[in-house]
Amino acid sequence: MLGYIDKIRQISKGLIEDKKVDMIIGFKKGTMPMMNEPCLVKSPKDVEKLVWDSNCGINLANYLTDRKERIGIIAKGCDSRNIVTHIIENKIKREQLVIIGVPCTGMIDKHRLTSMFEGEIEQVTEQNGNITIKGEDFEEILKKNDVLQQNCSVCIHRNPVVYDELVSDLVEEQDVDRYEDVRKIEAMPSEKKWNYFDDLLSTCIRCYACRNACPLCYCPTCFVDESRPQWVGKSDDSIDIRTFHFLRAYHCAGRCTDCGACERACPVGINMRMFTRKLEKDCFEQYGWEAGLSLDERPPLDTYKPEDPDDFIK
Amino acid sequence: MEHMGIEPGRIHFSWVSSAESTKFVQVVNEVTEAVKALGPNNHFITKEAKVA
Repeated sequence: MLGYIDKIRQISKGLIEDKKVDMIIGFKKGTMPMMNEPCLVKSPKDVEKLVWDSNCGINLANYLTDRKERIGIIAKGCDSRNIVTHIIENKIKREQLVIIGVPCTGMIDKHRLTSMFEGEIEQVTEQNGNITIKGEDFEEILKKNDVLQQNCSVCIHRNPVVYDELVSDLVEEQDVDRYEDVRKIEAMPSEKKWNYFDDLLSTCIRCYACRNACPLCYCPTCFVDESRPQWVGKSDDSIDIRTFHFLRAYHCAGRCTDCGACERACPVGINMRMFTRKLEKDCFEQYGWEAGLSLDERPPLDTYKPEDPDDFIK
Repeated sequence: MEHMGIEPGRIHFSWVSSAESTKFVQVVNEVTEAVKALGPNNHFITKEAKVA
């Protein structure tokens, strides 16, 4: 993945110089290890700022919402699916975009790495599928595939689904069982399920980082911020917290691409994908739908088909 | 909802036309019976905030 950056810079520079786009949305190096920041590049000399490595987990489609400029955007598999979702939902026009596709081999799970070491991680470098982690008094080499974000390790759409330029050859897609953990929860009795989610959310501080990082959450006023009417309690009571996560997941039903931005943004490391993935699984099993794969197909929740399952209606 | 830990049988969906009064009565009876059988749901009771 490291080799991509020269190509990314070269394509970006070309696009800006030829005035095909007004800006490029990409990543620049963050101030802390494993935290690359999104950045907007508007002039050819700033193209050098752009980077690409295994810490680009944030979903850049989040920065497209309602933009009027012509934009070049760097997109890995999940970003490209969210771009498609944005186009379907009229949040951006396809004509405005030049999509620079990046075949992806997964992003590093920074929560996991941070918890693996006692000291502070000061530097993370990668080479040939290995990650070197350096701190004040330790240094360790790990295999990248062992420390992938959980959503990346079960990703089956690593290659962008739409693109105008491609920075490298497409990578091989994984053949994995995506829903093993969801099935585990499904098999639990109700009481156990309840307790599982209680545990899961017990550390939530309702900072809404998950919502802010999510490319699907673009409502001008989010239901949790609304106070007339107030849909949901704003306290950190466990029921209010659960209602927030539950409703947010529902708003993403049939739209979530499992990009993992919510989990990555969470400061306390809650695996809130356990909510969205159940909905994703249901969508796939009942409607054969995976979000963001095609520009020509309407999502299952805004179409009707006679064969839609309806046996839950008595 | 069931995935999150609400018991199966507590939530019901039905489609009743305004002309189907008998079906409406039947559905209401079925729902109340099923929910009574499950007993009270204590999950959503909010405890009063603790004051230090």
